[in-house]
Amino acid sequence: MTEPLTLRVDPIACDGHGLCAELFPERVTLDDWGYPVIDAKPVPPSLESHARRAVAECPTCALRLVAATPAPS
Amino acid sequence: MTSTAPVRPVHGDARILAGVGRPPTRAEHLRVFGPLEHVDDLAALLAAARLRGRGGAAFPAATKVSAVARAGGRPIVVANAVEGEPASKKDRSVLRVAPHLILDGAAAAARAVGAREILVATTRAAPELAAAIRERVPREDGARFDLRVVPPGFVVGEETALLRALAGGPAKPTLKPPYPAERGLRGRPTLVQNVETLAHVALIGRFGPEWYGRGTTLVTLAGAVARPGVHEVPLDGTLADLLARCGGLAAEPAGILVGGYFGRWVSPDAATSLAVAPELLAAGTIIALPASTCAAAECARVLRYLAGESAGQCGPCTHGLPALADAADPAQRGDGRSEVARIAGLVAHRGACRHPDGAATFVRSALEVFADEYERHAQHRGCGRRDERVLPVGGAAR
Repeated sequence: MTEPLTLRVDPIACDGHGLCAELFPERVTLDDWGYPVIDAKPVPPSLESHARRAVAECPTCALRLVAATPAPS
Repeated sequence: MTSTAPVRPVHGDARILAGVGRPPTRAEHLRVFGPLEHVDDLAALLAAARLRGRGGAAFPAATKVSAVARAGGRPIVVANAVEGEPASKKDRSVLRVAPHLILDGAAAAARAVGAREILVATTRAAPELAAAIRERVPREDGARFDLRVVPPGFVVGEETALLRALAGGPAKPTLKPPYPAERGLRGRPTLVQNVETLAHVALIGRFGPEWYGRGTTLVTLAGAVARPGVHEVPLDGTLADLLARCGGLAAEPAGILVGGYFGRWVSPDAATSLAVAPELLAAGTIIALPASTCAAAECARVLRYLAGESAGQCGPCTHGLPALADAADPAQRGDGRSEVARIAGLVAHRGACRHPDGAATFVRSALEVFADEYERHAQHRGCGRRDERVLPVGGAAR
């Protein structure tokens, strides 16, 4: 079973390098200050390799690809 | 609950504040409230009483207790009396007049989760609580109390920030998960509860959920009200009922801030239809803003304060809150309304904690409730009123 995946950013770890927005513009844009704004829509299998590359290239390891299920509160 | 019916304190609406009206000795405390007998299943009692946390998040107390008990190991209980909200005075009231209720509730919670260590965290000396701790009998409580003073600040009361401060680190939030209930102080499961919440736990543990009913809550009233200060009110009726019970308004306000600086502004008309609930009241701060002051300047000043209180860890909060304060300041920007709405959208839900969300809710609701005022600023470069500094911004006023 393939779970739908979505991107999540650790806002404390993120330093706003902005590589993710270059590597995965389908789901990541940058705000006024250069920090990523993540589109929480699930990442379709056709885009998964782009997403994984953005995750791997993040200089501060702030980006993760996680199951798109709501987090427990 | 117990065969020898203890005194059930009801002085008007007061339960927690029904004590002797000054710091009680343990004997006086027991005379008013009776002893807290052993409770078999505290989480079940708290669930039946529908107790929600009084620190601001209104999270169900039973859920936290169960989660910590489930986590196993040797948990720690933290009683949170940090009270970072500048206008709030209710936690220090409980510390002063009902310290033994806090300790009773904390001890009951410690027993329920298997903790032997209870830290009470405050930002200032709490002599009444320290005296109460000296009167406790560790064998009876099954746990040891330790009073800890942490540096003050708006975000220090956030539970992960508090745990870092207690561990000797900076008082800055961490990303959740892991939740403190899973991994908190020194890596142990940690139950963090506001001190008022623990006082309610002590009452529910004694008298049961049926007696508790919908319960009471503590509020701090400020601004254009007849009787500013801390009141205990039933969790019942509307916001207008609550205000009337506390002596009413001193004058027709321009707006009412409910839930402090991470709460929201409501119009005086809306007060008659808003149901009182922990989710609405948050940490219980209610400020009636008089129509004589400049609401836009008041709110801009608070936003500046909130920007200064950011932990500075997350980019959208570090950069976004100062931008939000600028945009919302008529003296700086003239008509910044569309920019305020845009930046509020950029900061909300983008931090590790809810600090930026609170600022966004605060300013969005201000734009709605003070729409006429912001319109006057946009059209006439001012409203003709000055900032009377009704909204407090803590010691280091900016």
